[in-house]
Amino acid sequence: MLTAFVTGIVVILAFLLQSSFFPTITLLDISPNVILMVTVCFGFMRGKRFGMLVGFFSGILVDVFFGPIFGINALVYMFIGYFNGHLYKVFFDEEIKVPMLLVAVSDLIYGIVFYVVQFATRSRFAFPQYFTGVILPECIYTVVLTLIFYRLLHKIDKLLSDNELEGQQSPWL
Amino acid sequence: MRKKNRIRLKNKHLLAILTFFCIAAIALTLTSKVSFTPVRNIAGTILLPFQKGVNTVGNLLTDTKNIARNKEDIIAENEDLKRQINELKERAVLKEEDEQELARLRELYALDQNYSEYSKIAAQVISKDPSNWFNSFIINRGTEDGVNVEMNVITNGGLVGIITEAGPHWASVRSIIDDNSNVSGMTMTTADNCIVSGDLTLKDEGKLSFYQMHTENQINSGEKIVTSNISDKYLPGILIGYIDEVTDDSNHLTKTGVIVPTVDFRHIQEVLVITTLKQTGGQQ
Repeated sequence: MLTAFVTGIVVILAFLLQSSFFPTITLLDISPNVILMVTVCFGFMRGKRFGMLVGFFSGILVDVFFGPIFGINALVYMFIGYFNGHLYKVFFDEEIKVPMLLVAVSDLIYGIVFYVVQFATRSRFAFPQYFTGVILPECIYTVVLTLIFYRLLHKIDKLLSDNELEGQQSPWL
Repeated sequence: MRKKNRIRLKNKHLLAILTFFCIAAIALTLTSKVSFTPVRNIAGTILLPFQKGVNTVGNLLTDTKNIARNKEDIIAENEDLKRQINELKERAVLKEEDEQELARLRELYALDQNYSEYSKIAAQVISKDPSNWFNSFIINRGTEDGVNVEMNVITNGGLVGIITEAGPHWASVRSIIDDNSNVSGMTMTTADNCIVSGDLTLKDEGKLSFYQMHTENQINSGEKIVTSNISDKYLPGILIGYIDEVTDDSNHLTKTGVIVPTVDFRHIQEVLVITTLKQTGGQQ
């Protein structure tokens, strides 16, 4: 219960940061994808199921507010969380390079999927411009922020794990 | 403890169910069978105060950054500004004369449909689309303040966009530089119609593209583009911008080109919502 509650708060904070805080301090008119970062990190730290659920609910949150098509963000974020969950416990949590790489790859995939869904389907084929103008800067910005946020998320994860071990025999996810 | 008794779904099955849910939602929105506006209303009412708060913090940070500049700069700037004030005072007097002249000329031109006559509501931008793909944003006025869907939004005398959704105390605006946006426009002097649309490749430079201008007239760069009389959602005569480049299409009938909008779409803070809706006869 506590895990779900804390994760919910983290997701909502990430959403608020992304929709209201970062646009006021953007660099190059690009804002980072904090929600994606949170999804990737949770998937990586806590496994497939958790990553999937975090992705799904944060995607729903974005869709509810801004999605031109309801459900598309939920779908993409959910799969991103799920696939990152496959790497659960394959690597050490303390290593920061792996989550950075994961965030980079996931953000690129997210960008490309969105390009296909929103633009290619309306026959707007200027992919190089989209790639260098939006996808790449967003990716770099997000990876840099991962450097800062990952330690924080990792600490939250640690606290939650300790709490779960106390209450139950094994983590329920 | 409770959880152990509950039936546990396998990860794959849960993924399949949620995927199905998402695809169903996408299909429903695409076919516009179901509107998600009520859901958005509820969520909006809950999260809006937080968004406002976080937004204020962001603005404060930007302000402090500015204050932290060193003193000499500020003193120099102060002197500079004083000089500018004097200049501006002079200019204001000239402006006043110009304005009177303009009023007279407008009467002559019979431009009585000027948008300064429409009733307007001021609103503040409180939140921006979190993704980098679309330029839509949310303002702090809604249906209870008299804002409704399809109302036009302007700032500094130029067209910003149109209200796409409205809740009790918020409304979302799609700006004209959004890749999805199409506005029917016309040239100010020759009244040649064209379609003005947002283009992500031009968005970085803050420009718009226009196309399908059927005309034999010579169109020069610098020509004013306003919303046209035949647009079904935009009120006529709102300034969109100035033509930057024009090229003839290969069919020699139509022209395409680039427009520089009058609005600075990187820094929109306050906007005006025109509460008059365009009347299109016979449709409602």
